[in-house]
Amino acid sequence: MKAIIHVGLKPGVLDPQGRAIARSLSDLGYDEVSDARQGKVIELDMSGTDKDAAEARVKEMCEKLLANTVIESYRITIED
Amino acid sequence: MQTAVIVFPASNCDRDAAMALEKVTGRAPHMVWHRDSELPSDVDFVVIPGGFSYGDYLRSGAMAARSPIVKDLVKRAGQGLPVAGFCNGFQILTETGLLPGALMRNKGLKFVCRPQELKITNGNSRYTSAYGTTQNVVFPVAHHDGNYYADDSTLDSLENEGRIIFKYEGNPNGSARDIAGICNAEGNVFGMMPHPERAIDPQHGGTDGLGLFKSIIESI
Repeated sequence: MKAIIHVGLKPGVLDPQGRAIARSLSDLGYDEVSDARQGKVIELDMSGTDKDAAEARVKEMCEKLLANTVIESYRITIED
Repeated sequence: MQTAVIVFPASNCDRDAAMALEKVTGRAPHMVWHRDSELPSDVDFVVIPGGFSYGDYLRSGAMAARSPIVKDLVKRAGQGLPVAGFCNGFQILTETGLLPGALMRNKGLKFVCRPQELKITNGNSRYTSAYGTTQNVVFPVAHHDGNYYADDSTLDSLENEGRIIFKYEGNPNGSARDIAGICNAEGNVFGMMPHPERAIDPQHGGTDGLGLFKSIIESI
């Protein structure tokens, strides 16, 4: 099993890197881009076959280490 | 009076902190390795130094905050042990939850390294009492992730409870309400992005940092 975790800044938290990316894209002529948010992706290779159990464990990992929930939110996807 | 400095892989202000503590207490601090599981029992004050612990992997301070020694540090801080974190040390203290909020990437996206004027916004704290009538000090800043963030209600309570100890004069990093340094509700845990330990000798360009170490040592 693989767990894929997207971690990003919460809505409303200023993301200066995202803003710089959006500005750069606009400079390149991509005028349709109005905003950008930058985050990170963490992939975990996991043993076991119970997806629900894995998701619960990964949620715990996010709360304990992978995300700083003061400023970040996360999204978990479990793949076979 | 016995002090200690925690040393993580890629701490780089640990010796500066040790010099400052020895200068003020007359006694060399214990240098405590991050893999130790307990602080020495005779310790009265602990500094978490600046640097780039664990290469800033994941988030600045995230890995250090989960290291073996920090577990004991959190326990002892909860029992009232004074603990100060400077720069990366401040980031580590927010990651442990001992201090509220988080330090984000500087608003200008640049690493900022310069002497920084600060306003003492609470001169009665355990970390500022020795400054007397002095209102402004200059400490160096050197960081990429020093943009202090907390939600409005947290910022309001920090402000109302006198827990904002230093504010920037000319905000270098986008910190909410110009916050440079804060303490916990009990006043024993303190964190700031600037480096008082790099302002303790005339050859540093100033000695404004000594007052901070004198304040906390005198309070013990």
